[in-house]
Amino acid sequence: MARTPSATAEPLQLPPVAPVAGPSLAMRRLRAVLAEPKVTLGGGFILLLLAIAIVAPWIAPKNPLDQDLMLASLPPAGLAGAEPGYLLGTDTLGRDVLSRLIFGSRVALTVAFVAASLAALIGTTLGLLAGWYRGWVDIAVSRLVDVWMAFPPVLLSILLVAVLGAGIGSVILAIAIIDWTRFCRVVRAETMAQAESEYVTAARAIGFPRFHILVREILPNIAPALLALVSLEMGIAVIVEAILSFVGLSVSSGTPTWGGMIAEGRQFIHQSWWVLAAPLAALFATVLAFNQLGEGLRRALDPVLRR
Amino acid sequence: MTAPILRIQHLSAVSDLEGGAPILRRVNLELAPGEALGLVGESGAGKSTIAKALLGVLPRTVRLTEGEITFDGKNLRTLPPKALRQIFGDEIALIPQDPLTALNPGRRIELQLTDGLRMRRKLPWREARARALQLLAEVHINDPERVMRAYPHQLSGGMRQRVLIAAAFALEPKMIVADEPTTALDVTVQKQILRLIRGLQEAHGTAVIFVTHDLGVVAQICDRVTLLFSGAVIESGSTEEVLGTPKHPYTRALIAAGPRYDRPGAGLQPVPEAVIAQLRADVAATDGRPGA
Amino acid sequence: MSEDLISATGLEVTYRGQRAGGVKVLHGVDVRIGRHETVGIVGESGSGKTTLGRALLRLVDVTAGTITFDGQDITHLPEVAMRPLRRRAQMIFQDPMASLNPRHTVRRILTEPLLFHRVAADSADALRRVRQFFDRVGLPLACLDRTPHELSGGQRQRVGIARAALLEPDFVLADEIVSGLDVSTQAQALNLLKTLTRELGLAMAFISHDLSVIRAVCDRVYVMRNGLVVEEGRCEDVFSAPANPYTRLLIDAIPLPEIDPGWLGRDRAEVAAAEAD
Repeated sequence: MARTPSATAEPLQLPPVAPVAGPSLAMRRLRAVLAEPKVTLGGGFILLLLAIAIVAPWIAPKNPLDQDLMLASLPPAGLAGAEPGYLLGTDTLGRDVLSRLIFGSRVALTVAFVAASLAALIGTTLGLLAGWYRGWVDIAVSRLVDVWMAFPPVLLSILLVAVLGAGIGSVILAIAIIDWTRFCRVVRAETMAQAESEYVTAARAIGFPRFHILVREILPNIAPALLALVSLEMGIAVIVEAILSFVGLSVSSGTPTWGGMIAEGRQFIHQSWWVLAAPLAALFATVLAFNQLGEGLRRALDPVLRR
Repeated sequence: MTAPILRIQHLSAVSDLEGGAPILRRVNLELAPGEALGLVGESGAGKSTIAKALLGVLPRTVRLTEGEITFDGKNLRTLPPKALRQIFGDEIALIPQDPLTALNPGRRIELQLTDGLRMRRKLPWREARARALQLLAEVHINDPERVMRAYPHQLSGGMRQRVLIAAAFALEPKMIVADEPTTALDVTVQKQILRLIRGLQEAHGTAVIFVTHDLGVVAQICDRVTLLFSGAVIESGSTEEVLGTPKHPYTRALIAAGPRYDRPGAGLQPVPEAVIAQLRADVAATDGRPGA
Repeated sequence: MSEDLISATGLEVTYRGQRAGGVKVLHGVDVRIGRHETVGIVGESGSGKTTLGRALLRLVDVTAGTITFDGQDITHLPEVAMRPLRRRAQMIFQDPMASLNPRHTVRRILTEPLLFHRVAADSADALRRVRQFFDRVGLPLACLDRTPHELSGGQRQRVGIARAALLEPDFVLADEIVSGLDVSTQAQALNLLKTLTRELGLAMAFISHDLSVIRAVCDRVYVMRNGLVVEEGRCEDVFSAPANPYTRLLIDAIPLPEIDPGWLGRDRAEVAAAEAD
């Protein structure tokens, strides 16, 4: 076990402070991410929406629940018969569409962030374990995914919310419980592919424990794809929440949601189309922003794609 | 020397990716009919760029800025696209580096081998097939019928390279560009393939440009050698002259850098920094004026 | 026996694959590597040389046979018990790009193993060792905060060598580390490796398909074919008088950079014989 007294014995002539060549890796990654227009545009829109959701009570022009039948079905500003102060008009009960849209973003974003993170957490954990340890872990997880995916997702979510009871918590849980398989499948396949690469063999040759290799070596290489997927999932969660609201299974009817607004607007599409158009546009823009953000993140963070 | 089949004069190219950096610098070379020319150099020397220019497959980011490529009396740089298509693949053929990716994985060898015969020579199926079988026999494939039916992945690397050599000779081209054709192969297979290319070349009287980084390969199958560095011709001449009595210090250094099984003491001498520095200075200095 | 740092006897490896029973790639191989000795393992694709190297480091599972390292039987040693030995038996990879984690900085790639194996007392010590090594092999310190794909090919190769050498191992496996490099870069890498093995007193297994490279760096050589060792011996002996016709064939297949009119035709009969079996 006699170690060769190699480099250690020589006197140290180097300056004591580590030279940092330019900005750190994290800084360079951040720059690469911000240089991607899809990230700045998509992420910018999401951040703006987040800010609106947080300060909703202060910026909403009206109380979103206030009804005034005298002011029902007002068209948006610029159209004949519009009233000042009601920028996007009112619905058939006289509620301000813009204010309802602003408050609706709260539910949409809460569901998006929490449900997508939860689904990602479950799916990634199981996917990593299955892809890395293989054997019975993989068999168990893969069978579970197969069975899970055999259920029709919309039916399953409606069933789940019906059992759990309506409410934002139930919606989040239902989305996470259904959509974790999406992450599981991608992460499992990606982990298996990474496990074959030489840097993993190199880590094994160094003697790193298996779990260390999984978390410290493999996970960072899956992260870009995972981030993109989380962002996509947030868009999906916004849609699912809207669907559940549409069928009246989301939060209580008192709270404004985009899905609920679409359901109401649908009934009066010929009289007041804006009641339907406004939440649809918001939904469309939000989902598009999440998708673009995801695609941009994947591109910016992948060292191979970036070359 | 008879009239050359290929004459490259003052050929220069720049890369748009690297901000217009020169990648070929006034390259001159000549190839007589039936002659084998070795185009050698380390990575970045420009040997692949020349090969691609000869085949009309330069990447969009590479631009030829001056010079002429005269093939069989025609200037390839001024010929209209239609005439060029007639020459590439027909009068100039390629033996590629990677025998796996050069074949379409979803088509049987028979189809791929007879494509040129059927489409360019307008041979009927039966005749194209007979000619293909004949070609496979010429590249020493023992069971041509089985190979004709096979998909590329069912053949070994050496076998695939033989098929590609057969395909290159199929239309009786006047010149073949062999782009590192044995780099991906085992040494024993390499020797068989080199023997095959040399044999076919002599039998058909085809001129061959052999792109390689291996001076050993050049010594065994090329009549003449052109050594490149950073896009410029450093030394050019018969194989005996260049390898036997190299004039340029870089040529001597390259020969001394390679290890040799027969002389364990020799070899492993990295090209001296001074030689590289001098080369860079010389090459940069020639940028502004006509090449030697 | 105690002379040898590594010895393997009757080594067999079968890869589990789609085919029933798997694919057997090593059919009973005996190898020994003495302390401070550089041993070449040469063969063509499919010879099993890479599998042999990885089996010696317990990176692939052995189906039969025994491997001892420094007198200890490690054939079926559990991973946890292997761990201290892993530092002592290191590996340098063929493709430095693939074997360096693309998402880590060179600093992390090199210091983490030092801390993990407690070769360095703390991260300052680890960094000091890395920088000393950089000085020695001519790597600029600016490389520390780069990721592998931001380095040149030669720099990556040296980082791969640094990762192995910094752990102060007794044995290094070098798997085709110069194939695909330009001759001058190759000469630099091989010279660096020779210096390191001499100065650090390393034993090395040098896997290559190139007999000229083997001749330049190795003391002894094993010639492999189809999962078997067909010839072994001191390089002088094997190269001057190969006993096995396959070794002869391999040597004859190397083109030397001087005109040899008989070279192309020399081994026709032997090639035919080799192709037949």
